[in-house]
Amino acid sequence: MKAFTRLDARGVPLQIANIDTDQIIPKQFLKTVEREGLSKGLFYDFRFDPEGKEKPDFILNRPEYQGAGVLVAGDNFGCGSSREHAPWALLDFGISCVISTSFADIFYNNCFQNGLLPVVLKPDEVAALMDEAKGGNHMVSIDLETQTVTSPSGKAFTFEIDAQRKTKMLKGLDAIGETLTAVTNIDVYEAKRALDQPWLERA
Amino acid sequence: MPPMSGKTLYDKIWDAHLVAEQDGEAILYIDLHLIHEVTTPQAFAGLRADRRPVRRPDRTLAVADHNIPTEGQAKGVGAVADEEARLQLQTLERNVKDYGIEFFPMGDVRNGIVHVVGPEQGRTQPGMTIVCGDSHTSTHGAFGALAHGIGTSEVEHVLATQTLRAKKAKNMRVTLHGAPAPGVGAKDFALAVIGEIGTAGGTGYVIEYAGEAVRALSMEGRMTLCNLTIEGGARAGLVAPDETTFAYLLGRASAPKAGAWDMALSYWKTLVTDEDAVFDREVVLNAADIAPLVTWGTSPEDVVAVTGSAPNPDQFAAADKKTAVQRALDYMGLVPGQAMTDAKVDVVFIGSCTNSRIEDLRSAAAIVEGRKVADHVRALVVPGSGLVKAQAEEEGLDEIFIAAGFDWREPGCSMCLGMNPDRLAPGERCASTSNRNFEGRQGRGGRTHLMSPAMAAAAAVAGHIVDVRDFLQGKSEA
Repeated sequence: MKAFTRLDARGVPLQIANIDTDQIIPKQFLKTVEREGLSKGLFYDFRFDPEGKEKPDFILNRPEYQGAGVLVAGDNFGCGSSREHAPWALLDFGISCVISTSFADIFYNNCFQNGLLPVVLKPDEVAALMDEAKGGNHMVSIDLETQTVTSPSGKAFTFEIDAQRKTKMLKGLDAIGETLTAVTNIDVYEAKRALDQPWLERA
Repeated sequence: MPPMSGKTLYDKIWDAHLVAEQDGEAILYIDLHLIHEVTTPQAFAGLRADRRPVRRPDRTLAVADHNIPTEGQAKGVGAVADEEARLQLQTLERNVKDYGIEFFPMGDVRNGIVHVVGPEQGRTQPGMTIVCGDSHTSTHGAFGALAHGIGTSEVEHVLATQTLRAKKAKNMRVTLHGAPAPGVGAKDFALAVIGEIGTAGGTGYVIEYAGEAVRALSMEGRMTLCNLTIEGGARAGLVAPDETTFAYLLGRASAPKAGAWDMALSYWKTLVTDEDAVFDREVVLNAADIAPLVTWGTSPEDVVAVTGSAPNPDQFAAADKKTAVQRALDYMGLVPGQAMTDAKVDVVFIGSCTNSRIEDLRSAAAIVEGRKVADHVRALVVPGSGLVKAQAEEEGLDEIFIAAGFDWREPGCSMCLGMNPDRLAPGERCASTSNRNFEGRQGRGGRTHLMSPAMAAAAAVAGHIVDVRDFLQGKSEA
């Protein structure tokens, strides 16, 4: 996994609540067997009309937001389907941080598996960032070490993040490798369960 | 010693699966890992790249459900017209073969929607931890199992280690007192709960459902209720196992047999929340107050009684809520204050992991029997599994649906998410028994109204959203 330490990037406001993962990446893009190349499907129905032509008024299509790396979104971002294609598509598009007042659990979890930083700020802070990001070409800075978001005008907002998740993000650690350091515990657990609850063992 | 409060059912299952703690994160043992074609190819690719084996293929079960066509399954995967879907299905076939995982392929009578197949086979059992790369894994909580959706990286983690790294959630209890009116059932309970707590209300919680109305539900009803838990933001829902659960499991293909059954049963009976356990949040509803519900908007929390009307954005004080309501009404093609029963439907979909089990089909067939689907309506029934389909055919339900003008399809996820050819056209309005009314979910520009199987069946006949109670005529239950 790619490490996340600090990001200075253009912010883009998407002031819609309950953006679900079907909207982030619609079904037709889930038929891939790859993790890469999903940016083409990101917010597809927002970005393209039914004929596949770009909708020039959608915020991510506007020239002043090209190359955006930070998405500032409405409440409960990432609800719905568990598809990890959602963080894959955001990352592939160049967005490696999403800021909102709240995230859905599964999406939030999936972000940490991929080096995409989900940042929870207070409603007034998110509103301030949205406001400042309007008009485009405004840089937002996120520093994971100090847990700080700095708005285009220089306002600093601190955010909470689980200490273990933070460490793993900073180092880009592989969860499977870490769990396998406890493989003896898994062996012992399995052996004990086989005795205590033998009906779980399939012949 | 300070007074200790008791444990919830969630606490008990969690504690029983704790393998170790590492850096404040739990390593939780997983008893059953369900997999399907869409969220696993990248996980197996990861295993191959790191030369890691699947630790417990015997605790893994694979089905093909999300992108399979619901017609012509006997022709095999090679005949699937969609090239990408075909490649994904072939990739799954190769992966289960390489790693020795049990697989019910498309066309096998045991195949079907993963959350129908697990319980039906008796693979889903009380007290288990169950995961799947699908958010509706919460369904299996109906058996008193801790079950939730995971992402593909976690699928790879479970394949490699048979564990999941997790943080414990908070406890919420939703109690449904009393008895529902005729025509009201599990789907309405679930929509009522989501309407009450909101689509993010359960975020960070595991929800245990309790109360007489829940106890009175069949396993099919409990599965519907737990299935929709994720639409209220909670990853997992639970119903403590009882005689209804045990009766459902007895004799299933993978349920414990003989002496093992007795052993299992005595353990399963301990899987209840202690009387003195304290929940972080309690929600109480009276089942008798719940009317048949439908959704009007583009989030499952946009719930209204079928006798009600679409909201007026001006009712809402907050500016962003006003905008959101207007946006949803525009998408749905509804005007503020419009009676829900005025909404003409083009399509009726009876199926999905929420409502495609035998009881769902029976309740829809009971409404449809002797009636006709309205001329302008395209209606389809997609049974949840080959076994559900066979059972329905044995009971003659297929003939009832076909005589009424429904399409009788082969099992799969189908129009719930429209990954296969079953989709809504732009602007089409659908009465659907599925779980998500998101923009574009059933097809770009498609308009979804969630409701129970009986309500969807009634809408097919009426040609518009309609109160199923108008169709009951002496029948005691819908």
